[in-house]
Amino acid sequence: MNISRRLLHSLISILGASVIIFVISRLSGDPVSLLLPSDAPPDAIEATRQHLGLDKPVLVQYLYFLGRALTGDFGDSYRWQVPAIDLILERLPATIELSIAALLFSVAIAIPFGVFSALHRGSWFDRFGKVFAMLGQAMPNFWVGLLLILFFAVQLQWLPAFGRESWSSLVLPAIALGWYPVAAQTRIVRSAMLDVLESDYVRMGRAMGVPERVLIWKYALRNAAIPLITILGVYFAAMLGGAFVVEVIFAWPGVGRTVVEAVFSRDFPVVQAGVMLTSVLFVASNLLVDLSYGLIDPRIRHG
Amino acid sequence: MAESTTPDTALAGALSPASTPARVRSRAAELPWFSLSVFAVLLVCAIGGELLFPHDPNALDLGLAFAPPAWQAGGSWAYALGTDNLGRDVLTRIMAGTRISLVVALYAIVISGGIGTVVGMIAGYVGGRVDTVLMRLVDIQMSIPALALALVLAAVLGPGFETVVIVIVVTYWTWYARIVRGEVLSLKERDYVALAKVAGCGTCTIFRRHLLPNILNTLLVLATLQVGQVIIFEASLSFLGLGIQQPDVSWGLMLADARNYISNAWWVITLPGIAIMLTCLASNLLGDWLRDRFDPKRRQL
Repeated sequence: MNISRRLLHSLISILGASVIIFVISRLSGDPVSLLLPSDAPPDAIEATRQHLGLDKPVLVQYLYFLGRALTGDFGDSYRWQVPAIDLILERLPATIELSIAALLFSVAIAIPFGVFSALHRGSWFDRFGKVFAMLGQAMPNFWVGLLLILFFAVQLQWLPAFGRESWSSLVLPAIALGWYPVAAQTRIVRSAMLDVLESDYVRMGRAMGVPERVLIWKYALRNAAIPLITILGVYFAAMLGGAFVVEVIFAWPGVGRTVVEAVFSRDFPVVQAGVMLTSVLFVASNLLVDLSYGLIDPRIRHG
Repeated sequence: MAESTTPDTALAGALSPASTPARVRSRAAELPWFSLSVFAVLLVCAIGGELLFPHDPNALDLGLAFAPPAWQAGGSWAYALGTDNLGRDVLTRIMAGTRISLVVALYAIVISGGIGTVVGMIAGYVGGRVDTVLMRLVDIQMSIPALALALVLAAVLGPGFETVVIVIVVTYWTWYARIVRGEVLSLKERDYVALAKVAGCGTCTIFRRHLLPNILNTLLVLATLQVGQVIIFEASLSFLGLGIQQPDVSWGLMLADARNYISNAWWVITLPGIAIMLTCLASNLLGDWLRDRFDPKRRQL
């Protein structure tokens, strides 16, 4: 699929997401009732309706919503009386920091484990890895987070359980968020490594007496890591979604926690801004994945 | 449990010749006993309900708060897995939680599977513009992270059982639609579908009599794998306070309650999570086993 077509699809997806968010938000009934007290005079209600454009046809309302959303205007937070998008953008760096840390954690585990499993295929380590992966995939990330707090913050008191004061407060949330993809990533590295180990250039290198360690970690890994690297964007996108729960557990001041709090106070502009921004990031990182295939792997670079 | 999914044993089963007593025995050994027993226990708890519970799941007794499990000092067998912050029996509440988990899973799977299958069959069979539009819809739906969509819906609908089911249906129908479409695309090229058309069968008949029976295996595998996903999703929503509400009992809600007492009592934080983990594990293993059974070629590496 060529680049312009792929870009178009991403744009359609984002537009579609904005329609879904708009429609669901309108299901909540009349936003005026949330803004004004229930005993407000009828002409005040009418004035607010006109001000918000609610007297216009739904399609016009949507275009109005979209036009403002494009400029980052989702309205003011009902609760904090500041632009909703500012609240979200202010928290975005914390969420991205957490997602990247979680991604690094999962890769740092997946690569050595995957390589080792491939080198010792069928060994107790490989089999243990399989069982471990199954267990890991059956654990909800919020429960992993709670267990980490229980062991490392409460029992051992090694790491803080809450907040974002120092680098050490990043460790536990990053592990909780990065936990789930470890199993799948290890699998990917393992099977890619098995393929590469069969290839001619590795045999050639072995025949020429290249030390096994250099052969594996320098030459074989470089190719075995390609499938993993090309889908890191997909995992990054998944983590943006997963961060919603993990941020709540660790009181991490990110987008997810802000949106969850906004849901409870029925602060719709903040919910809309947060979910829309997450969707845009989600689509963008998936797009980057598709575009990066050719860059990372010269063999599939094409016009 | 490891045996049940070892590819070699499943493959040997698929390739070995006609039944002999030994083969019957090895078949029994190949059954995913771990998954089947977990699901049997869950079903008994969910159906038996109040008849089996050692205590009332919502009975409060502050004098008994934070009683440890029976094997720890200070524990008693009357409260085998201990009690929570309000003196409620943890074992009873875990048993009571099976009902919500299974009911949510059942609803979600039947509805999302039904919608997804119909959409996927239409997209795959009709093709052309209909296919493009429907699949674009799937893409759009998938461009919003599931939990984010859940939050928007929960903000509008308010938390509760219905919201959980709606959110899960909205999230998962795309799964079925994509995979069913792929299957139908290849099935519709088969001779028997062409012959059915020539013989004058209506589209509905072709769907029901010729396509559906051939995708049932795939649907069954998907549905089984989905049980675990749905249960985790429900637990996550309930944990956030957007799902099941008191006085209903859900594992996610138990963990939400327990979160504030993490330094007082390890059992309230670990045991409901183990229930979620075992259920999800059983569903994943059973799904893998079914996939191997139905189609040894498509086994994952």
